[in-house]
Amino acid sequence: MAEPLWFLAKRSAAAAMICITFTDIVGNFATIQGNSMQPTLQQGHKDFISLLKGDVVFYEKISAPAYKYCRGDVVVLRSPTDPDQLMVKRLIAMQGDWVNVPGSHEIHQIPKGRCWVEGDNGNLSLDSRNFGPIPLGLVKGRVTIKVWPPHRIGRVERVLPEGQVMFTDIT
Amino acid sequence: MSQWFPKLKPLGREVWERSVLLTQFLCCIHIIKEHVVEIHQVMGPSMLPTFSAVGDVLLVERLSTKFQRIKQGDVVMALSPENPRLIVCKRVLGLEGENLVVMPTHGSGRVQHIKVPKGHVWLQGDNLSNSTDSRHYGPVPYGLLRGKVFLRVWPPGGWTRF
Repeated sequence: MAEPLWFLAKRSAAAAMICITFTDIVGNFATIQGNSMQPTLQQGHKDFISLLKGDVVFYEKISAPAYKYCRGDVVVLRSPTDPDQLMVKRLIAMQGDWVNVPGSHEIHQIPKGRCWVEGDNGNLSLDSRNFGPIPLGLVKGRVTIKVWPPHRIGRVERVLPEGQVMFTDIT
Repeated sequence: MSQWFPKLKPLGREVWERSVLLTQFLCCIHIIKEHVVEIHQVMGPSMLPTFSAVGDVLLVERLSTKFQRIKQGDVVMALSPENPRLIVCKRVLGLEGENLVVMPTHGSGRVQHIKVPKGHVWLQGDNLSNSTDSRHYGPVPYGLLRGKVFLRVWPPGGWTRF
């Protein structure tokens, strides 16, 4: 009988459309790979059992169109060196701020429209200390909560490292 | 009160069904606009004479940028590195890894030799004397590209690749 199949196909297509629209506009889940955000976020390893131990986070995209991000937010961004890859880093500074690069005496002023991102685990992280300030347009969403594993469920807090940034304004 | 209920139930069902249909329609429009093709009006003199300064309407396909099929010479829409709320329309002059020679904008400038870094493209407007592009803000990360322009729908006259 073709009719129940057609009905199922229509319902699946409608559900898929709503899911895709939701993940484009509201937010999406992401599995953490890589340890650059330790201890805040942990990765799962390559084999299937350990993959279940890695953190899964939810990131919201509602702030994305207006770019309403704050210093200290953990954000999801498209990598400036590999456009297929999404990275999770902490937003440290916005345009106009002066940033002290940790571990050196360099001070950078962030140009217009750019921002400075760093991983919480400085030793392992490939971030603005390597590729410099990045355009804010690459930031795609803000990580709000960890949803897996159960013992690590909780909010991902906004934290600004002390003494690294000098703001030019409060917004 | 009990006399209203039999009237409200079919009305409620119809409102629900119409809402579901509207939601599905809006989702469909969103998906087409975000992942397949969208319409853009471009303003500004930076792409003269290819596009006029007063508002040509273009069709922008969103697939080439997602699958990294942008080639040198394509006209693309991108988020400006200097202002993420601004969408700019420029031509791709160099892909990652290529060496470019950039002529000075004014007579007194230097000729620059640029190697486009990995994951970036070099954008320039066709109107070199009146365009803010990679010559000012540097190579643009590929992740800022939104789509490739493939057709002009207004003013009518079709599309010619330059």
